[in-house]
Amino acid sequence: MIPGYITTNAPALLIAVPLLGAFLSPLIGRISRDTRALWVLAVMTLTTLIGYLTAFLVYTEGTLIYVFGASEASLAIPPDSGGIPIRIIFTLDAMSALMVTIAVTVGFAVILYSLTSDARRSGLEAYYTIFLLMIGAVLGMVSTGDLFNFFVFLEISSLASAGLVAYKVENGRAVEAGLKYLLVSTIGGIFFLFAIGILYGQYNALNMAMLADMIQWTPLDKLALVLVVAALAAKCGAVPMHFWTPDAYSMAPSAVTAMLVVASQASLYGLFRICFTLYGITLNYVTIGWVIIILGILSMIIGVTMAIPQKDIKRLMAYHAVSQTGYMLLGVGVGLAVLGDQALLNSYGMTAMEGGIFHIFNHAMYKGLLFLTAGAIIYQVGTSDLNRMGGLGHRMKWTMIFFIIGALAIAGIPPFNGFASKFLIYESVFAFSPILSVIAMVVSILTLASFVKVFHSVFMGPPLPGNEQVREAPHTMLIGMTILAAIVIISGIFPEFFVQNLITPAAHALTDQAGYISAVLGGA
Amino acid sequence: MLMRMSKIVRFGADVLFGAIVIFGLYIIMHGHLTPGGGFQGGAVVATGVALVIVAYSYEEVIGMVKKFVLTIQESAGLVMFAGVALIAIGLGTTFFFNFLANSGSLFGMTVPFGPNSGELNTGGVLPLMNIAVGIEVWGGLAIIILYMLSGIGKTEEA
Amino acid sequence: MFWNLPYIAVVILSVIGLATILLKRNLIKIFFGVSILTSAVNLFIIALGYREGGIAPIYTYAVSENMVMATPQALTLTSIVIGVATTALMLSFAVVIYRMYGTVNVDEIRELKE
Repeated sequence: MIPGYITTNAPALLIAVPLLGAFLSPLIGRISRDTRALWVLAVMTLTTLIGYLTAFLVYTEGTLIYVFGASEASLAIPPDSGGIPIRIIFTLDAMSALMVTIAVTVGFAVILYSLTSDARRSGLEAYYTIFLLMIGAVLGMVSTGDLFNFFVFLEISSLASAGLVAYKVENGRAVEAGLKYLLVSTIGGIFFLFAIGILYGQYNALNMAMLADMIQWTPLDKLALVLVVAALAAKCGAVPMHFWTPDAYSMAPSAVTAMLVVASQASLYGLFRICFTLYGITLNYVTIGWVIIILGILSMIIGVTMAIPQKDIKRLMAYHAVSQTGYMLLGVGVGLAVLGDQALLNSYGMTAMEGGIFHIFNHAMYKGLLFLTAGAIIYQVGTSDLNRMGGLGHRMKWTMIFFIIGALAIAGIPPFNGFASKFLIYESVFAFSPILSVIAMVVSILTLASFVKVFHSVFMGPPLPGNEQVREAPHTMLIGMTILAAIVIISGIFPEFFVQNLITPAAHALTDQAGYISAVLGGA
Repeated sequence: MLMRMSKIVRFGADVLFGAIVIFGLYIIMHGHLTPGGGFQGGAVVATGVALVIVAYSYEEVIGMVKKFVLTIQESAGLVMFAGVALIAIGLGTTFFFNFLANSGSLFGMTVPFGPNSGELNTGGVLPLMNIAVGIEVWGGLAIIILYMLSGIGKTEEA
Repeated sequence: MFWNLPYIAVVILSVIGLATILLKRNLIKIFFGVSILTSAVNLFIIALGYREGGIAPIYTYAVSENMVMATPQALTLTSIVIGVATTALMLSFAVVIYRMYGTVNVDEIRELKE
């Protein structure tokens, strides 16, 4: 029922549709504002449908490859090239499909939300162009199977996000936040390019499967891995490169912040892709695994301790985002540390990886929901200072319900989805090293305490003077929040369905380096 | 605001602008034969635009060409680039497939093998994409210069 | 030793670039440092493609068929374009910050505190 040419070309349409939509949006915007809003919504709906179609194809048919510029989509090795894949190849395995699903779902909810919340700003034609470019770049980052193509999409998403963070100038504070973010991203990108140069110089290949086939653990490869881990950990907000996170997340428009969370997780995906699939078991997995675990523990502790005294609602949530990134690093780090040991991998390594990857999915959903509720509160009240909000629970009932759902999910309370992924992480990390699991549980309790404080000061109590005319948020914003909240509730009540069908194939695809290589190089 | 330069400078800028545009378009068109291509040629033409902006004052240049014309030019270049790539999907091949190479139609002459003397009619889709990128970079860099100048203008008033 | 000269230059340039980013206090000088670091990495990638006795990889009026590698040149071109876009965006941020704060000294642009 879906035409054949859409099914074969779905990975290319996944980036072509947002890009073409972004390029046409200034021309269409000259007709009228409402036409542009409809156009952006139509492009995002089409991208979401193509994203779901691609993910469905990957989950039913196995790893999907798409060769750009060949005469047909699966011609990875041209007949006269001597066994080398010379074109840019998009390789979508189950982990990529999961990230595509996350990106299009959050992107659709966020575009729906931002049609109302940013409608009163000036300079809107550039805003939607750059927003669609950022979504297209994130989708490209998670689908590509070529190392330099990943770098190009990483830089596009950094530039687009920095422009969006500095969008509301706000007496220069948002521009300062955008400048910090841009400096960190650019330096990270340069280190990543240096690592690409080192790997290319040694092996004369840029395709990830080709490199994975040929890589040995020379000292130059160690240098390249260190540069890549430093660059991508800085891009996803892990300690000690986390200082751009509170500024950028709090100064951006709320719709952009929810998408920035997804962009940070795409960098995290890049880190896992390079550690697991590119290097595989040739690297010193115990050491590198422990390095990632230490980064995760530091992020968890520092994130939550710096979140507690915050007075600005979005800065507080940004520090919690740093802390939750620590959970993902911890889970997948434990999986990396036991990668070579098949018995340990089967007993608790796969569970730890499933916990970390499930946490990526859950975090995008509930953190996006929390940022959207914070944006709704700021949109109605006009300030983001916790001391000047109070008693909003009487007026903004739906926003309060969504905030409760998000807060309980982030603290890991059943029956919401945070509990399912955190439980997987707790039990597997406990088998690996009990003290790490205890630290994770303490951080979870502190997260709950911090959100109870926020809930009490924002929604409970008598309304402060000046807040009496506050009404409920507009309908499109509520619909955007409903989409994410529904997923938070459903994946909390039926976690086995999500874990079995989405997460376990992704975890198996990450650890299966041979399968990745054979899907691209054709069983060589 | 910015000073208007003397008559000699303005006359020299007029003459040089024509030469720079022709040189830039030459670099864009021959991208598949000699070093150059879309971005390099577009940057050369944008240098010519910068020369005109320096010779005439900013207000005169804004009077001559509005900002939205350059924005439309930038968007048109990008749409042409993405559109040519998407046409290849409509023909049954993959995204970005070179469907004009060795085909006998526009830019479709067969490429001679090995070192040759460079025929302009070869290359397929590549010269079209070079032109698209050249138009886009011309508009994009010119609009960056104009917006930065307008930002500086506001500092003087504030 | 002579053939390693480009790589030595890469190391020197990247150290200069990193030192400029970390030690200078003026925003424009920090942007210079980023630009120098980008140039260092571009030089590294180009120097990787050299093959001994090769000419430029262009078939038009080529004098021999022994050419240097062409792929690093494409990578470097892309990286230069990304560098141009990044520099343009950073300079636009500097213009707005100067208009709002009145200074481009990094120590005084600290509105966003804990």
